[in-house]
Parts: sequence; C-alpha cells; structure tokens
Amino acid sequence: MNAQQQETLQQLLQQYRDLPGGLLPLLHAVQDALGHIPADAIPAIARAMNQSQAEVHGVIGFYHDFRTSPPAAHSLRLCRAEACQSMGSEALAAQLRTQLGVEDHGHTADGQLELRPVYCLGACACAPALQLDGQLHARVTPEKLSALLAACGKEAKC
Amino acid sequence: MLTLYIPMDSVACAVGADAVAAAFAAEAARRKLDIDIVRTSSRGLFWLEPLVEVDTPQGRAAYREVSPDQVASLLDVDLAANGDHLLSVGLVEQLPYLKTQQRLLFARAGITSPLSLEHYLAHGGYQGLEHAARLSHDEIVAEVLESGLRGRGGAAFPAGIKWRTVRQAQAEQKYVVCNADEGDSGSFADRMLMEGDPFLLIEGMTIAGLAVGASRGYIYVRSEYAPAIAVLRQAIDIARAHGYLGADVAHGGHEFEIEVREGAGAYICGEETSLLESVEGRRGTVRAKPPLPALQGLFGQPTLVHNVLSLASVPLILSRGAAWYRNFGMGRSLGTMAFQLAGNVRRGGLVERAFGLTLRELVFDYGGGTASGKPVKAVQLGGPLGAWIPPSQFDTPLDYEALAAIGAMLGHGGAVLCDDSLHLGQMARFAMQFCAEESCGKCTPCRIGSTRGVEVIERLLAAPDSAERQRQRALLDDLCDTMQYGSLCALGGMTPFPVQSAMRHFPADFGLDTQEQAQ
Repeated sequence: MNAQQQETLQQLLQQYRDLPGGLLPLLHAVQDALGHIPADAIPAIARAMNQSQAEVHGVIGFYHDFRTSPPAAHSLRLCRAEACQSMGSEALAAQLRTQLGVEDHGHTADGQLELRPVYCLGACACAPALQLDGQLHARVTPEKLSALLAACGKEAKC
Repeated sequence: MLTLYIPMDSVACAVGADAVAAAFAAEAARRKLDIDIVRTSSRGLFWLEPLVEVDTPQGRAAYREVSPDQVASLLDVDLAANGDHLLSVGLVEQLPYLKTQQRLLFARAGITSPLSLEHYLAHGGYQGLEHAARLSHDEIVAEVLESGLRGRGGAAFPAGIKWRTVRQAQAEQKYVVCNADEGDSGSFADRMLMEGDPFLLIEGMTIAGLAVGASRGYIYVRSEYAPAIAVLRQAIDIARAHGYLGADVAHGGHEFEIEVREGAGAYICGEETSLLESVEGRRGTVRAKPPLPALQGLFGQPTLVHNVLSLASVPLILSRGAAWYRNFGMGRSLGTMAFQLAGNVRRGGLVERAFGLTLRELVFDYGGGTASGKPVKAVQLGGPLGAWIPPSQFDTPLDYEALAAIGAMLGHGGAVLCDDSLHLGQMARFAMQFCAEESCGKCTPCRIGSTRGVEVIERLLAAPDSAERQRQRALLDDLCDTMQYGSLCALGGMTPFPVQSAMRHFPADFGLDTQEQAQ
C-alpha cells in the first residue's frame, strides 16, 4: 500500500474498530475504497479488530465478494441460477467464451474484463440478467450482450 | 398538469425505466409541457415493465414496455384522458392479473414513492405501530400468535411461538434480526418490498422490538441488492428524523434502532444461524441447534430472526386484527403469500394471493405459460432447494401441508418455469454443484456429499448401459439419503429435493427408461 492507501486504511480502522461484529462492514469499506483488500492491510485489520490474521483470512476467503487482488477495469457478473438458465444464460456464457475467450472466474487476455458467475440478482421475472460494472441489465439477449460489451470497449466505464 | 408514474424499482430500471423517465422529462421540456414525474415502486407486473402510468379521471391508465423512442408519440396523444395508443393497457387496476390478487403486503406497490413517508402515512402506514403502542407487550405477542402467521422465509414456523419465546427470555439486550438474504433463484418479493416500501419493514421490526423487548434491530441484506440497501438506509434516516426510530418510538420510552448490514455473496447466510455468525463478523458457518436463536442468538442474546415478508406482515395484523388476517388462506396456512413467477414465463411478476390457489392457476392463469410458447415442462418451486414439479401435479393447492404431501415445498414462494430446452439431468447436476459451491463446510454430508453428487450424476448421465445406470442411480439415492438426513441445515438437507424430483418425474433426462425408473 502507498502512503495514501495507508491513511485511508487507518481512517477506516478508526471508524469500524468499535462496531459490534464490525469485520464485514470494515472489509466492505476497505474494498470499496481500495478496490481490493491488500495482503499488507490484513495485519493491521487483525490488530484493530482484535482477531488473529488467520481469522481475517478465513473471513475473506469464505465470502465470494471479497478479493485480495485488484479488479479488472470492467466486471461482468452473469447470473447462472435456475430462472436465468431457463431463459438461456448458458448460451450467453458460451457467447462470452467464443467472443472474448473468457471463462467463469477468468478475465479477457488483456485483463480488461473479468467474468464472475452470480447466483440470482433478483431479476428473475425478466431473465436472463447480468450486472456490468455494478449496473443491472435484464432481458439480456445475445445482441444486447454484444452491445454492452461494445460500449465497454469504447469507454473506460460503462 | 399531467402526472406520470414511473417505477424506480431496480429491475424496472434494468429494462429501461430510468431512460424512459429521462426521455419524458426532456420531451416535455422541449414542448414546454407541464408534467410531474413521480418515481414509484413497481406493481410487480414485470412483463409490462417499463410500465408508465398516467392519472386520468377514471384512475391510473398504463402504457406497457415503454422505450425512450416511444415517448414522443405517447405525448402526442391525450394521456390525461386515457388516450388511445399502441402501448395502452387501459386502467392498470382493471388488469385481471392485478385485479384478482389480494394485495395486503404489497398494497402500496406501484402506487407510492418508496422514500416518501408522507405517502406511506397517507396509505395506512404506521397504524399498526400506533395500535401496538396501546397494547401490552404480551397482548402484541398474543395478536401475532392468534393471526396464525408462519415464517415466510421457507421453514414456515409459527411466528407467534418464536415471539413468545424471545419475549419470555430474560436478558439485558435482545435483538430483532431481519433475514433479507433473499438468495433463491426465482424470488424477488423481498427485494421489491425493501426497494418499494421500506417503511413497512421498518414498522414491522419496530413492533417486533416493542413486543419482545428488543432495542436493536439488524437487517442483513445480500450484497447483490445494492439498491435495496441504499433505500433502506435512507428510509431509516427519515424514520429516525421523524421519531419513528430512536429513543422513543411508541410514546412509551421504548428505544429502537435499526442498522443495515450488507452480506458478501454467500448463499448460506440465508440460513439463520449462519446469518447471525455473519452479522457478528465471522465466516458464515452454520451453528448447531439447540440453542435456539430465540434464546441464544446474536452475540449470544435472545434474538427474533424473521424473513422480510414475515416482519412486513405484522403492521397489518396489528392494525386490522388477527381475526381479519385469518380470513385469508386455508388450513394451517393463513394470510396471503407473495408468489413470484419467474424464468421462462410469459407474464412474470408478483402474485399476492391467499394460500390455497393451485399451481395451475398460478402458472397458467397468471403466468400464461412459457415465454417461449412451448409447453411447460416443469416448475421449480421454492428456490434451488425446491422440487421440480411436473404438470401432472399442477392441481396441488399452494399451501404448506399440501405441497409437503407431494414431496415439494413452497419455500419463499418463487416459481421458476421451464420448457423442454432445459435438461433436468443437467439441472440435477447443477443443484449438487451449487451446494458444493455454497456449502459452509461444517458438516460432512453437505461438504463432501455435494461434490460426490456432481460426480455421480455425471457418471449416471454418461452411463453406457442399463446396468451401469442402475449402479450409479443406487449410489445417488444412497447419497441423497445421507445428505437429507445427515446434514446440519437445509442446504445439504434439501439439495436432494431438486435432484430426486427431477429423476423421479423426468427419468428420460437421465437416460432412464420408465422400466428402469420403476425398479
């Protein structure tokens, strides 16, 4: 972590250290601020929360949301639960494999876009659904997916 | 002045509601038209979204699946007089889909603005708390007990008994925890309610806190529901600013505060003890019961844990009375249930009806069959741990006991339809794979059994001959038995439901002929 990240971390530790059961809110806040939970932040987090480093690692590892490496520029979360499967989400996953060469939990060769499966986004009545850079899209067709990806290629954030 | 109502529900927005609202504002400005755009919750008629409603003398007229490029042509007709347009569906409340529903929990859906306390109060809000404040704690508990309300999260445990247990427990600090980790595929009623009518949940939790003697509440919302989290946090601030939360919530010196906690992408945290671990800041590992959370729950203290819809039912039970609430439903399933139609369905959306309508009515009368137009192959009811139900069983009434009798369950009320493009052998494999991915790892049947389950189903599906198929099938049955009876919680214990129901009703998808199936 650089000096600025250190300072951000210290502020967040102050903010959350006395919150009952505050480890999850703290980890979310660190990840929101820094993009991921840097490995060298873990000793300080453990100390502030009065837990062992192993416990903090254990919590980070348990939850799908937490990550210890920086995210790609674009994050695509494709819903693969039953309702979306019944409306062709597997075909969308196959499209991503052929079109971009990207597998589940993987990223494109240039590292710009990462693909994560997600199980239910609550848009089941308008399946299939996906989340691109935090934005929910429903009734996704192969054409709509292509258009969303194209917009991603053109802009830094879409 | 023309008043338009456009939902701000995240799924309505995911199909373009924000863009439509912006287009109306821009086009009206260009024409120098005086219009008022009210962003409301969604009616739950998702196949019509983005649904735009307009005030007319007869009531609200609606226009379906509006896209930004149709906005100009809509403003060309006399909307305020229910003007004729290609997208018109007439008066929204006359739509049979909506008209035939019994909307108690979702009475305000699509009508009010989610963060308007004024709207909430004008539509019956806080009457339940007002009534509760005049009762003793025990009288509130008695009312809930009398209503017959059962937990809406899936287990359907009588709510009043839980309330009584927490009420009678002796402790300095008690908690009310709302389980808003709605992770079941096909379910979105909690999401709709939190995004669309957050004060109802806050009021329900406040009454619960008053009744059981808890001064703190937590709402644990899954991280996938970021808009719901944002709405709830704002609503809590508004409620606090108006004295509905804080040091004195019911004019009797009773304190109640609510904090929203965000999940982190773990399906298992919908299991109540795992959820409590997560709120405490730990891995979401399931706890053994007993002790019951009602006696030793959050931070070891007596805790009332309820699903969103259970808590949201409470204000109405208090304001209208238990006797009134019992008028809805059948047998031991009383009140209304928010059914959710999802997946390959022509008219997907929310159907709130008293218990007892049949699956056929839900799937065909409301849902209109599949979106693809092909015959319905099966319905998975109650999320990823629910059984696949074939059309031959569609006449089963939707009530807890009737469904249990056919080896199915209502769960959280989500129904996922599919046509023959969905291979149920693959879905059985998916059920095991999902369990493997989401298992907390505490108990062996779930942790190891799910992975072995994926392998056995793969071997079954690839079996070259009948003898091998029979061998794998026997292994799978045995494994399902171990998981069902040996797992610590419902994840491992119910994953066999979708697997075995798929195999029982759709043997051909497993390469089993009817004769093999019968063996």
